Amino acid sequence: MDSYDVVVVGAGGAGLRAAIEAREQGLRVAVICKSLFGKAHTVMAEGGIAAAMGNVNSGDSWQVHFRDTMRGGKFLNHWRMAELHATEAPERVWELETWGALFDRTTDGRISQRNFGGHEYPRLAHVGDRTGLELIRTLQQKVVSLQQQDFKESGDYEARLKVFQEYTVTRVLKEGDRVAGVFGYVRESGQFFSIAAPAVVLATGGIGKSFKVTSNSWEYTGDGHALALLAGASLLNMEFVQFHPTGMVWPPSVKGILVTESVRGDGGVLRNSEGRRFMFDYVPEVFKGQYAQTEEEADRWYADPDHNRRPPELLPRDEVARAINSEVKAGRGTAHGGVQLDVSSRLPAEEIIRRLPSMYHQFKELADVDITREPMEVGPTCHYVMGGVEVDPDTAASPAVAGLYAAGEVAGGMHGSNRLGGNSLSDLLVFGRRAGLHAARYAAGLTTRPVVDQAQLDAAAAEALAPFAEGGENPYTLHQELQQTMNDLVGIIRRAGEMKQALDRLAVLRRRAARVTVEGHRQFNPGWHLALDLRNMLLASECVARAGLLRRESRGGHTREDWPGMDRDWRRVNLVCTLDEDGIAVQRQANPPVRSDLLALFEREELAKYFTPEELADEQGR
Amino acid sequence: MSKDVEFRIWRGEGGQGGFANYRVEVNEGEVVLDLVHRLQATQAPDLAVRWNCKAGKCGSCSAEINGRPRLLCMTRMSTLPAGQPVVLTPLRAFPSIRDLVTDVSFNYAKAREVPSFVPPAELKPGEYRMRQEDVNRSQEFRKCIECFLCQDTCHAVRDHEENKAAFAGPRFLMRVAELDMHPLDAAAEAGLDRRADAQDVHGLGYCNITKCCTEVCPEHIRITDNALIPLKERVADRKYDPLVWLGSKIGLRPKS
Ligand SMILES: Cc1cc2nc3c(=O)[nH]c(=O)nc-3n(C[C@H](O)[C@H](O)[C@H](O)COP(=O)(O)OP(=O)(O)OC[C@H]3O[C@@H](n4cnc5c(N)ncnc54)[C@H](O)[C@@H]3O)c2cc1C
Ligand code: SF4
Ligand code: SF4
Ligand code: FES
Repeated sequence: MDSYDVVVVGAGGAGLRAAIEAREQGLRVAVICKSLFGKAHTVMAEGGIAAAMGNVNSGDSWQVHFRDTMRGGKFLNHWRMAELHATEAPERVWELETWGALFDRTTDGRISQRNFGGHEYPRLAHVGDRTGLELIRTLQQKVVSLQQQDFKESGDYEARLKVFQEYTVTRVLKEGDRVAGVFGYVRESGQFFSIAAPAVVLATGGIGKSFKVTSNSWEYTGDGHALALLAGASLLNMEFVQFHPTGMVWPPSVKGILVTESVRGDGGVLRNSEGRRFMFDYVPEVFKGQYAQTEEEADRWYADPDHNRRPPELLPRDEVARAINSEVKAGRGTAHGGVQLDVSSRLPAEEIIRRLPSMYHQFKELADVDITREPMEVGPTCHYVMGGVEVDPDTAASPAVAGLYAAGEVAGGMHGSNRLGGNSLSDLLVFGRRAGLHAARYAAGLTTRPVVDQAQLDAAAAEALAPFAEGGENPYTLHQELQQTMNDLVGIIRRAGEMKQALDRLAVLRRRAARVTVEGHRQFNPGWHLALDLRNMLLASECVARAGLLRRESRGGHTREDWPGMDRDWRRVNLVCTLDEDGIAVQRQANPPVRSDLLALFEREELAKYFTPEELADEQGR
Repeated sequence: MSKDVEFRIWRGEGGQGGFANYRVEVNEGEVVLDLVHRLQATQAPDLAVRWNCKAGKCGSCSAEINGRPRLLCMTRMSTLPAGQPVVLTPLRAFPSIRDLVTDVSFNYAKAREVPSFVPPAELKPGEYRMRQEDVNRSQEFRKCIECFLCQDTCHAVRDHEENKAAFAGPRFLMRVAELDMHPLDAAAEAGLDRRADAQDVHGLGYCNITKCCTEVCPEHIRITDNALIPLKERVADRKYDPLVWLGSKIGLRPKS
């Protein structure tokens, strides 16, 4: 069996950054990813990466970024993660330039930054609307450069950093309470593999493929979430799922594909079928005062942001998604059940093509729409999961399982109840690096290495082969039913009755999934892979539904029709999911109090909207 | 409006196999990948295909549609000739694994042979200053999604297995050009000569500028005109004029 110091599961932004760090600490590192190297979901990110470099507006600082992040997450974020993220993001972006990244520039030659929803200043470093591609390619090329260095020294490119592409992990192995390695299958051959390692970093991304309408890629089956649960770790705040306000809605083949928020950041506006810029009607109480109240003021803001308030199209995503949902429900939607997003009347054609090349391309080729001449039709699409593996904010370590780390979308806490655009890519780098660093330190500090237990390997192999037994159902059918269930019953607007119904259906699906049957053999068999992914999607979906049912309030990516208000008492509560013999259990856990110097960055009046009087009184008493 | 369309899909392993025929319902607006998915869900659950994003962003779903290298997720059914079967085959230039999936490791091996960006020693992170005009060229090449369609189509590889050892292919020659045009790459200071390497190590000479690579690039990168031809010119300059090489070393690189 192969043996490494650190195994990183996932080769997106978080996984690669973790692997680079662990390798630079001098350890032997394996990266495992279920698609080809360089194709991870991160490649799809469009708009940019948030970092308070202050290149476009020197008023920006980590404090302002921290504030925006907490507001966006409705103060449910783990404050320490939000603080580390805001302070370290600029270094992480600048470092990318030393590895060859080429961001768009300002006129004085620095990294250009663009406006985005919820960010007070232009803050997103970007490359047109293909920032994720730049990020993944830069990290990929950094990995290659480390391999070239190793080749020079040892004659072996893979001496200290090896990428196992198209390998899928199905189990984290343990010795007692600590991590011992990973088990999985090789896509091409269908053979099993296992790697012994004392430290495992989960960087597997999100869960969007459990929903029918989603911007997420094939990879997003909640594998890391499930691997963590099965290994005894806990998941935090799984009820918070972000529905991006602008996905494509027509034709059906492309429904859900993302339309980047940069369209609005660069001047695009939302209109209903009556031609009204309806977002002015949806500025919620907590954000009153921060957004323009008239179209004139909103339009002036692009040129003069210091003396005007920003347009309400740039409210955090949860607000915009709900507004679109309401407009469509009220009968003011487009023919295909969306609203209009128009940039054609706002910018000259050449400018649109220069700033939004992939959007231009995407609509032209997939929908026969020329966005320089006509509006796009858009509607909400499942985009991101705020919930994830509970981790220590500084080290990214799971408090429950020694040697287990998590970073990126699979980790929880950083974004609270709603993530701001651009804050994921920066999160990947900040916490990917931290996870790699601390996993390396942990592995290096061990005196005895854990031993992989044969019985666990046998059980994992038996579990993976189960779908070859005859007589069960087709996994594709189950997947479609799961997606429909989550979309209809645990989607953007939730109700107790529907979530209960969803849980009943999930229980039935789980029983049926235990007996799916796949055709063919083990070599590169997508039916088999889907059959194994079902376990993960069902676990993640159950966490979303159970936690969603319990949280009786509306906040960020969790909107309850039956509990429409935000409740300050609930801000103090994190919901934590674990897996036991009976299935998913959800417990309440106190959200740690925010450090006082960070609270002092806000006006009392604003804090009073989120914090109970007792909490604020405690604060004053200190 | 839905109608039935005939698909002929190459199925098999390790190069052994043949065509299987399917009839499948096609709806308005669909792309070829939608139909492959429909086949998987209804008639051929183990049909092997690579895909991730279904949005033309990851470059996973490369295959040949009616003999032409394309992305399955960006090829709309309405653009294919009506009334004829749609023929799907794996990329021809790479070894077959199963059905539409090929072994693209050639490309990863070539990627490793191109020396990485060399950061300028005198600049710390955060101190990089570059003008937009100066990064435009390399940025165009960094739009590459590594679908390897250009690698598949270039006749220097497609019809000549024996050239693979000495020829990096358009994708990775373009990578050399990208680094050579990067305003802050300090390769020369580190003793690297990217232009000489393009010719001697990466096989630029095999390219006879047919532009087939440019034609299939889904990102519409002008590989031949903007990367390969300028790279050839730079190589030629360097060969005949030692002053250019010296000039670039001491910061007098002529505008090219
Ligand atoms: C269309 C779109 C646009 C976006 N735009 C932006 C943006 O502009 N700015 C921003 O900040 N965020 C954006 N996001 C969000 C952001 O892209 C993601 O949250 C982020 O890329 C996730 O990165 P990650 O490193 O956590 O995981 P990923 O990049 O998703 O990587 C996951 C990795 O894990 C591997 N993996 C998964 N399961 C297994 C397994 N079982 N075994 C082995 N390997 C496994 C996968 O193969 C992959 O390599 C966007 C998201 C989408 C969908
Ligand atoms: S232009 Fe050169 S690299 Fe491109 S296909 Fe022709 S020969 Fe190959
Ligand atoms: S240059 Fe174009 S065709 Fe070639 S790999 Fe890149 S995106 Fe694909
Ligand atoms: S699936 Fe990503 S490019 Fe086609």
